[in-house]
Amino acid sequence: MINFEYTKASSTKTAIDASLKNNNAKFIAGGTNLVDLMKKGITAPQRLIDITALPLKNINSDAKGITIGALVANSAAAENETVKTKYPLLAMALNAGASAQLRNMATVGGNIMQRTRCSYFYDITMPCNKRNPGTGCGAAEGYNRMHAVFGASDKCIAVHPSDMCVALAALNATVNISSSKGDKKILFTDFHRLPGDTPELDNNLQAGELITAIHIPANNFNKAYYLKIRDRLSYAFALVSVAVALEVKNGIIKDVSLAMGGVAHKPWRLTAVEKFLIGKTASQQVFKDAAAMAMDGATTYEHNTYKIKLGKAAVLEALTKAVV
Amino acid sequence: MQTNKPNGCANESRRSFFKKSTAIAALAAMPPLLAKAGENDEKLAEYFEKVPLQLEINGKPYSLTVEPRVTLLDLLREQLGLTGTKKGCDHGQCGCCTVHVDGQRINSCLSLAVMNHGKKVTTIEGIANGDNLHPMQTAFMKHDGFQCGYCTPGQIMSAICCIREGHAGTPEEIREYMSGNICRCGAYPNIIDAITEVKKGGQPL
Repeated sequence: MINFEYTKASSTKTAIDASLKNNNAKFIAGGTNLVDLMKKGITAPQRLIDITALPLKNINSDAKGITIGALVANSAAAENETVKTKYPLLAMALNAGASAQLRNMATVGGNIMQRTRCSYFYDITMPCNKRNPGTGCGAAEGYNRMHAVFGASDKCIAVHPSDMCVALAALNATVNISSSKGDKKILFTDFHRLPGDTPELDNNLQAGELITAIHIPANNFNKAYYLKIRDRLSYAFALVSVAVALEVKNGIIKDVSLAMGGVAHKPWRLTAVEKFLIGKTASQQVFKDAAAMAMDGATTYEHNTYKIKLGKAAVLEALTKAVV
Repeated sequence: MQTNKPNGCANESRRSFFKKSTAIAALAAMPPLLAKAGENDEKLAEYFEKVPLQLEINGKPYSLTVEPRVTLLDLLREQLGLTGTKKGCDHGQCGCCTVHVDGQRINSCLSLAVMNHGKKVTTIEGIANGDNLHPMQTAFMKHDGFQCGYCTPGQIMSAICCIREGHAGTPEEIREYMSGNICRCGAYPNIIDAITEVKKGGQPL
């Protein structure tokens, strides 16, 4: 690992100021992704700003929703009673990610900022427009079994690796951000970017901006399920995942949120399927019809055509398990 | 064969030989390079600056200086000789390096040592009570929870927390919450038996 300057910030303001003084500075909290990327030589910040002393570790909930501080560990968020009872989809998604050790280290803010696990991005001998813009996409013509079927570009077909983010996209969360210009909120579904011509940009966070919390608005969902399909039963990234939350009253779907992971550069909301489901009976036949349209508009590559069939089956299973 | 050395290291002579020979090779190669860089680039020297670090390891306070890039795993093994914690993948994928920080299991390979300032670290060397093994160590021996033993320190450290966290209720739950520790010998069924026995024993861990 290339050495770097280390500073520990004592307040959000000093952290932001320190990041503005060096354009090759990065914030570090859990470090589970960043330290790994630094070991591999994928990123080499000149300065790391340790933000773990900042007062961003609280979980507050009220009638309007729940606000989870950026420095809350993934395990702490997953074990929080309010999260477990009122936002079970988030708890399920958190527990589907990584391992117990990593969930103890990784923070909610860091989870949002984690980078793709595309093997071409991770191998510095390979071309990758995300790691090294202009070098090409190794995956497009390469071994692309894990890659995107929605929203990709000819520059990049990587997928976002997070489980937690799929649940947050489904739960209409917002990201709270601080900068020297003040505080702002970004809708979670607008936070991450599609690759387009600039795959080096994973999200819309600007220099000098720091994630302080995520907020999930209160909802009336009474059924939820997070389904993750992977190569082994635990501790692997998703081939395809589905986050579903439903409000079912007297057998009728009053409201529904559906998002998929492992299929795009960002958590992928299935808005057309949601529209189809609202007002219908929560029955197997309706779920089958919904699943049949789930992968409409997908584009596959040589090794990931299986994601069409798998994606439809996963949507059906997630909807079915949610209402059981 | 040396056994039962106080620091538990049977290959003391081989390990220190490697350390010395590497240090000599590094010395021979480095001075001209470093001296020149030091003259020309003040910034480079700044990067190599060590930072102070105080932490407690296995109940003992340490006052150290480390380069910011040193991981907790490398600090334990390379600087402090606590080689019970193993380096497997060095990328957070195998769990060999699992230690407790303030009572929570983490992958020490992905934790910068300097970020553990003021914290309490427990390694496999710190869980026995004198000559009395920790109940989890005894259970791993009784149930043959290993073959080659390389993953065992990490498995044991992780297993203790698996019970503490309340996630050792069923074999399925143990498998899920121990999935961050890979055993390539495949001793999983025996590891689960060991954890189940300690859980049923109900001792405070």
